[in-house]
Amino acid sequence: MNLPGKLPRSSLGSLVLIATIMGGGAAAFAYTAGWLSPGRLTPERMIEALTPPGGPPLGYRRNHAKGICFTGTFEANGNGVELSRARVFARGQYAALGRFNLGTPNPNAVDATVRVRGLGLQITANGEVWRMAMINPPFFAVSTPQAFHDLLIASGKKDPDAMKAFIQANPEFGHFAAWAKTAPWTGSYAEEPYHGLNSFIFTDAKGGDHAVRWSLLPAARPVPISQADLEKRGPDYLEPEIAERVRTTGPLRWTMVTTVADPGDPTADPSKAWPETRRKVEVGTLIVQRIEPERDGPCRDINFDPTVLPEGIRVSDDPFPAARSSVYRKSYDLRAAEAKNYPRTGAAKP
Amino acid sequence: MTDVPHRFTLAQRLLHWLMAVCILAMLFIGAGMVSTVAPKYLPLILIHKTLGVTLLALVLIRLALRLYYGAPSLPDDLPRAMKLGARSSHLLLYGFMIIMPLLGLGMLWAASYPVVLYGGVEIPALLPQSDRGHTLLWNAHVYLGFAFFALVLLHLAAGLFHALVRRDGVFATISLVRVRDRTTAGERSLGPRRD
Repeated sequence: MNLPGKLPRSSLGSLVLIATIMGGGAAAFAYTAGWLSPGRLTPERMIEALTPPGGPPLGYRRNHAKGICFTGTFEANGNGVELSRARVFARGQYAALGRFNLGTPNPNAVDATVRVRGLGLQITANGEVWRMAMINPPFFAVSTPQAFHDLLIASGKKDPDAMKAFIQANPEFGHFAAWAKTAPWTGSYAEEPYHGLNSFIFTDAKGGDHAVRWSLLPAARPVPISQADLEKRGPDYLEPEIAERVRTTGPLRWTMVTTVADPGDPTADPSKAWPETRRKVEVGTLIVQRIEPERDGPCRDINFDPTVLPEGIRVSDDPFPAARSSVYRKSYDLRAAEAKNYPRTGAAKP
Repeated sequence: MTDVPHRFTLAQRLLHWLMAVCILAMLFIGAGMVSTVAPKYLPLILIHKTLGVTLLALVLIRLALRLYYGAPSLPDDLPRAMKLGARSSHLLLYGFMIIMPLLGLGMLWAASYPVVLYGGVEIPALLPQSDRGHTLLWNAHVYLGFAFFALVLLHLAAGLFHALVRRDGVFATISLVRVRDRTTAGERSLGPRRD
């Protein structure tokens, strides 16, 4: 029986219980935050691996740091409607905003030293925003975000065995190395194709799902140039070249082609290209109308997070879009916090 | 209200426990999602945003109920310092519940991210893109998140202290099930004794 006013159990036991619950809660929180798992691949670790030896260029994107903005339109031809109900595929013209860039964390890199060129793009269609980040190789260098992290670490080491060990562990990198060696260089952002590489799921009006990848194929004819000749044109050749090209020859065009996977095609691995015979649907044309400055241009503050998708497009089992979203977010947080270190205006250009 | 209630109303108690579970989930999801690059990052961030906006709506309802129905008074024999701690921690908890979702929304707006919740519900941006604004709101969201978790732990400890050590009826005012403590035992002793 319990007498009123009397504690039936020792309160010491209760205090120990309370302390245990508090400690357990704090430990669970620390574990969730990753503080107890040094092996976890966090956005911070990925950015650390991207950082050049001399430290990050403050205020810049942590990768694809060198680039230039553009504005234009996306002209949908209406063919995409059979694959996705996203408004952007309904026949019409939609605002496009983007950025040509080089796949390097160094904003002062010499153009001819950077193999991978990229295109960040945002299309806004009746309030729906679609962002994407594409590059010019037809497949990605590695199969997983962890392998990409390992590649950054291995390629940053002076020890030549580090890369050998990496390739042994990630044989898919061989295809990319072969592409990097043999694919022709061009002297213009305008002559490059840009590939989405990651597979996404398009959902049509009837609710049918289609696994797709997309590419932007240039209307400009690629003129191959040797790396050495490109180098002779100067360290910062590509940006004035594209500005001059738009000024003198007018808008530049790329056809957006979506490739539809057959059942069984690998959707989770962007290092594996799908066979050339897969069904292709041309869904529209990107028209680049104006080259805009990077520093005060409209793309400077846009995070080209490839998971900002309209209704009718969603991520697939490809692990990269989530990883890119997570790392890009961290990169944006960092560069926004470092804004005072970034030469904001064209006038301040050294 | 002239009468001081013995317990919070059922609606208040249900809302308290529902929000308790959701807020704990929010804090853990928040800490977990920013420390991973795994595919679960995307569903976690979607849940975090959706639940955050839902919790903002719930706390406003809760505040209205609190202002209308009031709260049971604290036991007379509770030391002054503990009373002060109880009142200020509750004010702080309400403050966190209101400001955390607003900071979260603000930091997304200031980064020009479209805020799309579960089911495609979009929240229109009320702030323009701003590096300085984003950084301020982002830091506030993160650091106040840690402070919120610490305060939630403290609140939990205080609740358990009332329930297990002091047994002064304070925990019974918010609990969903009947709790045996000094007050309720005393009340019960007014009825027929079973011993």
